Amino acid sequence: MPHLMTPLAISAYTATSALGRGLQAHADALASSRGGLVPNDFSTAPLDCWIGRVAGVEDEPLPPELAEWDCRNNRLAWIALRQDGFADAVRAARERYGSARIAVLLGTSTASIGATEEGYRRLDHGSMPADLHRPVLHTPHSLASFVAAAFELDGPCLTVATACSSSAKVFANAERMIRLGLIDAAIVGGTDSLCDSVLFGFNSLELVSPEPCRPFDAGRNGISIGEAAGFAILERIEAAKDAPLLIGYGEASDAHHMSTPHPEGLGAELALRDALARAGIEPGDVDYINLHGTASQKNDEVEAALVARTFPPTTRASSTKGFTGHTLGAAGVLEAAITLLAMRERQVPANLGATTPDPLCGPQMAWRPEPAEIRIALSNSFGFGGNNACLAFARAEQRA
Amino acid sequence: MSPALSVWISGIGLWAPGAGDWHAFRDIVAGGAAPGETTRPVAEVLPPNERRRAPESVLLAAAVAGQAVRMSGRDAATLPCVFASAHGDQVITDYMCETLATAPRELSPTKFHNSVHNAPAGYWTIATGCHAASSAVSGGEEAFGAGLLEAATLAVADDRDVLLASYDIAGTGPLGSMTSTTGPFAVALVLSPRAEGAAVRLDITPERGNSGSDPMGDGWLDGLSASNPSARAVPLMRALALTRPAALRIAAARGLDLHIDMGVAA
Repeated sequence: MPHLMTPLAISAYTATSALGRGLQAHADALASSRGGLVPNDFSTAPLDCWIGRVAGVEDEPLPPELAEWDCRNNRLAWIALRQDGFADAVRAARERYGSARIAVLLGTSTASIGATEEGYRRLDHGSMPADLHRPVLHTPHSLASFVAAAFELDGPCLTVATACSSSAKVFANAERMIRLGLIDAAIVGGTDSLCDSVLFGFNSLELVSPEPCRPFDAGRNGISIGEAAGFAILERIEAAKDAPLLIGYGEASDAHHMSTPHPEGLGAELALRDALARAGIEPGDVDYINLHGTASQKNDEVEAALVARTFPPTTRASSTKGFTGHTLGAAGVLEAAITLLAMRERQVPANLGATTPDPLCGPQMAWRPEPAEIRIALSNSFGFGGNNACLAFARAEQRA
Repeated sequence: MSPALSVWISGIGLWAPGAGDWHAFRDIVAGGAAPGETTRPVAEVLPPNERRRAPESVLLAAAVAGQAVRMSGRDAATLPCVFASAHGDQVITDYMCETLATAPRELSPTKFHNSVHNAPAGYWTIATGCHAASSAVSGGEEAFGAGLLEAATLAVADDRDVLLASYDIAGTGPLGSMTSTTGPFAVALVLSPRAEGAAVRLDITPERGNSGSDPMGDGWLDGLSASNPSARAVPLMRALALTRPAALRIAAARGLDLHIDMGVAA
């Protein structure tokens, strides 16, 4: 059994996705149930599907001093980092703790592979073209090394790349490092941007819907891929007394299959139980769950059954991938931010996109937005390879 | 000053060109044996059909992880695991980028799901029936040190034995010229938060700066060490093979080294 976790303050957080830049854009879209999916216009030969695209990324190169890292993924990260006063909060934390006492722990599934793909599309005599002769881009560590360089941080710097659970798991990495006194604060989060690898890759697995995705709908037929970036600063609660809290996390493996979930949701349930135990809470304490809910046949089937058998009807649950698409390695932090916003705005987001509920769904599902006092909430993130994570959050006043 | 993290080594695995397992490596380093032929990594943990068709990265990672767990006597099914790699499976990434540039709709679904950075962690947990936490991390050129820090942190924080495997394979194609990895190499360690009979303890303290590494004065070892980011583990593996107290520095990030004091029980 894991130990009860000492809560950590989420002293700053932000998100950028197809819903817009920063928290207010997300709050507005969620309040009015306005989704961000659009017909796919990405890549040279766009597939017939819908995507969650962040507008304007291609028009905003990184500043000259960061030009070595310039690519779509790092641009998207840089846009997100400058919303909601987040960059200033990082600089203030650096001032307070010193550059070596802050970790950069970021999740991504494909990092800047879009830049590598581009290089292969316009090879120069069989070699990477000169303008992309930048080794920092052609590695999964591109994002984390970029963020550490941008803020001149030289503490621990780690990329977690466990597919779609990546940027949820980094909250756990941060908690362990803070608990052991290795660091005083961590920048956690992640970024994934649209690229051919994921669009054509998920298409090859026949997991992409030709329509906007419909999580938990009886007639759902696949995911819509999106891009997003999100970040949070975690530190001890004394440092930010009014901040929302990370109160628990769970991690577990399915040990079942590389690309389909365990049929009974075993790993997902173990991650959930781990999170509840670390947080010291029972299912009945949970007011809201932001579900993984990708709109793939299998994920939603397994997750719907898990929620239906575990939680009372007073626990409300929805997937917000109908708003943003599945943002893969960024989904963990994007949906953590949406969960914290639901607490702040006192509104459960709608499970956008579904019109005919899958009969497997229990009474917990919030098909439409609902006003609610959300004191404690969970966010689920499950990835390829059977990699599961669950995060538990609480409002500041819930502190014992 | 007390070290930030202390962990005991209860299992070791290794594969290098010319050293097919940890015992062969130890015989070369401590016993004066010559490096042998390069052999295909033996990943006994994987079912035979998976072993035949596994990507090189998966085979390599599963081979060293299997050695380390066997030596430790632990049950892989309950062991949390951290798989570290700077670049993942570069052969698959090269295939993906090449195919996407020419015939994107012909992308192989199997290659796609094998392209995820956590493919070795996925295959390992499936093959061993492991439901514990599994992770796949990168730290660029400092991937081994970053993975070691993460695995040791997990072992001490949750008071559990943890499997660390760090692997990289040779780069290929236009990508290969960017990653400058010239050969495959992998290591695995089972790290324990308590001694429990283990002979070797690592006291790990993060320290600012990157000191770089001094040559070991052995052509084979120095060549190995420079072959890929996971092979930055070679000085530590040499010290483990010699079973003598040693002090080492291993980079864990840009501007951050791990100072490691290796203690050996009498």
